[in-house]
Amino acid sequence: MNWTWFHRLGSPPYIYKLAGTLTPWFAWAAALLIAYGLVGGIVLAPPDYQQKDAFRIIYVHAPSAWLSLMIYTTMAVSAAIGLIWRMKVSHALAAACAPIGAWFTVAALGTGMLWGKPMWGTYWVWDPRLTAELVLLFLYMGYMGLRAGIEDTQRADRASAVLAIVGVINVPIVKYSVEWWNSLHQSASVMKLGKPDIVLEMLIPLLVMFVGFTLLFFALALVRLRAEILRRERAASWLREALA
Amino acid sequence: MREFFAMSGYGLYVWSSLLLTFTIIGLNVYLARRALRDARQMAQRRLAANDSESRPAVTKQEATS
Repeated sequence: MNWTWFHRLGSPPYIYKLAGTLTPWFAWAAALLIAYGLVGGIVLAPPDYQQKDAFRIIYVHAPSAWLSLMIYTTMAVSAAIGLIWRMKVSHALAAACAPIGAWFTVAALGTGMLWGKPMWGTYWVWDPRLTAELVLLFLYMGYMGLRAGIEDTQRADRASAVLAIVGVINVPIVKYSVEWWNSLHQSASVMKLGKPDIVLEMLIPLLVMFVGFTLLFFALALVRLRAEILRRERAASWLREALA
Repeated sequence: MREFFAMSGYGLYVWSSLLLTFTIIGLNVYLARRALRDARQMAQRRLAANDSESRPAVTKQEATS
């Protein structure tokens, strides 16, 4: 098997350049998809027969919650690759993911609270799904705190990688909490989409939002990855070229 | 139009969750760009520091030769 592609992915100058080229494409695609999803979900989709217009919170809540889990998984896998193959770029990607993931966890929790108040009558309950998502936020904050607390980048990479990998166990707990335990939170299959003939009108904007948010994460992560790569490079000759 | 903003009485919750999400998106765009800008400036300073360290050595060499 030819491993050139893998080695190229480990090369900071190559990744720095590639990330710079890809960022605007992801960013613009994300902007267009999110705009389309917003119009489709907030304006055009019919109201839910039970939740009326309150269901529209799903168009920002579910994609944020998806990102909170997907970004954590990306971070943990990336940290593991960095730990196993000693890839600097991989550690840099893990570090780049953390703040973005933490912010989207805040978005998922915040929009969830704003949805819970009118539907459940309370902003917060110590429900398995909600609690596990809050633990996810603490994991992100612990990861960032640990990194900030260790001056030496290599040691920070290794220590925070272990935390990220151990914490990944919380991802399936968040995902399946609604099935494993009695949860106030609806499970994915019982999403109140109303009559079959309006399902698509509600579902398509939601799927578009999922893709749009994912591409937005790609764009954000690539910008932060470039920053992380620059921070790690000590007077490399390609830096002069990259900064020119 | 008024009906649209009222969101069948859930307007407060729908609009504030949209506002929250897009504030967070905007903030993330700003923070990511700032991180890259700061890292660029730091790297530039590092390169400049290296240059000023190596330059006197070169001039000294030139002076002796």
